[in-house]
Amino acid sequence: MSEVTVTRMAPGGMITLRGDPAEVGAAAAGVTRAEVPGPLTITGDGVRGLGWMAPDELLILLPADEVAEALERLGADLDGVHHLAVDVSDARSRFALEGRGVRDIVQKLTPADLSEAAFPVGCLRRTRLAQVAGAIWMAEESRIEAICFRSVTDYVETLLRTAAEAGPPGFHAPL
Amino acid sequence: MLTLRCPACGVMADETELAPGGEAHLTREGPGSTDEAFEAYLFLRKNPRGVHFERWRHAMGCGKWFHAARCTVTLEVFGTYPAQTSGPPEEILAAIEARRPGWQG
Ligand SMILES: [Zn+2]
Repeated sequence: MSEVTVTRMAPGGMITLRGDPAEVGAAAAGVTRAEVPGPLTITGDGVRGLGWMAPDELLILLPADEVAEALERLGADLDGVHHLAVDVSDARSRFALEGRGVRDIVQKLTPADLSEAAFPVGCLRRTRLAQVAGAIWMAEESRIEAICFRSVTDYVETLLRTAAEAGPPGFHAPL
Repeated sequence: MLTLRCPACGVMADETELAPGGEAHLTREGPGSTDEAFEAYLFLRKNPRGVHFERWRHAMGCGKWFHAARCTVTLEVFGTYPAQTSGPPEEILAAIEARRPGWQG
């Protein structure tokens, strides 16, 4: 039995916010109470957070029932600022992997370097999970969270479970 | 395996995270151009043996386009640089010159 558990998380709220981070960052921080993330990082407490997705794109994580209000607030705060804010809650699925050797389990599926040095806690990477695009972040020392498009949820869930079942091959020193 | 540093997000991206975009710095011929120029823009590529400038997209990553300078023979990467330019920057040209003296001749 593997020591890494795979959980398909309950649907949460997600907003894609595109624009110049210098102009839209404060508004994003306002609706999440999370710091504006630097490149390749994620901030917040896991329930409300901000992920750096691209030089002009932030991912806002928040409870599903706060999305509508957050969009209204973003629209008001960013009135006149060139930006785009869209509710993508239903477009994506989210997973949590937890346990000893979690880096190894996800490393089987992505070319991204998941060593402790390259992928510390708080680091977020958009990458490939086997055949499909996904984003992964190091939430805690032994916990990686992943999001993928909802259309490939079953595929990604099977991937993660199969990878976890066979156990860690030992790419990285176990935590 | 080809690995390129994406200048947009800074990641060392594996080839399988990238989508190729062909030869870089083409002049886009449109209405008003000659048939020959338009054909050349659409179909004719340098396909050199040696230094080559290419477009790549960090498709399974930040999603941004960027440029790379590579050698088609050895696959050596001379460097990558942002998409928002119509020609390779000085430091890329210098890096190529250091490795392939007189390459432009
Ligand atoms: Zn990138």
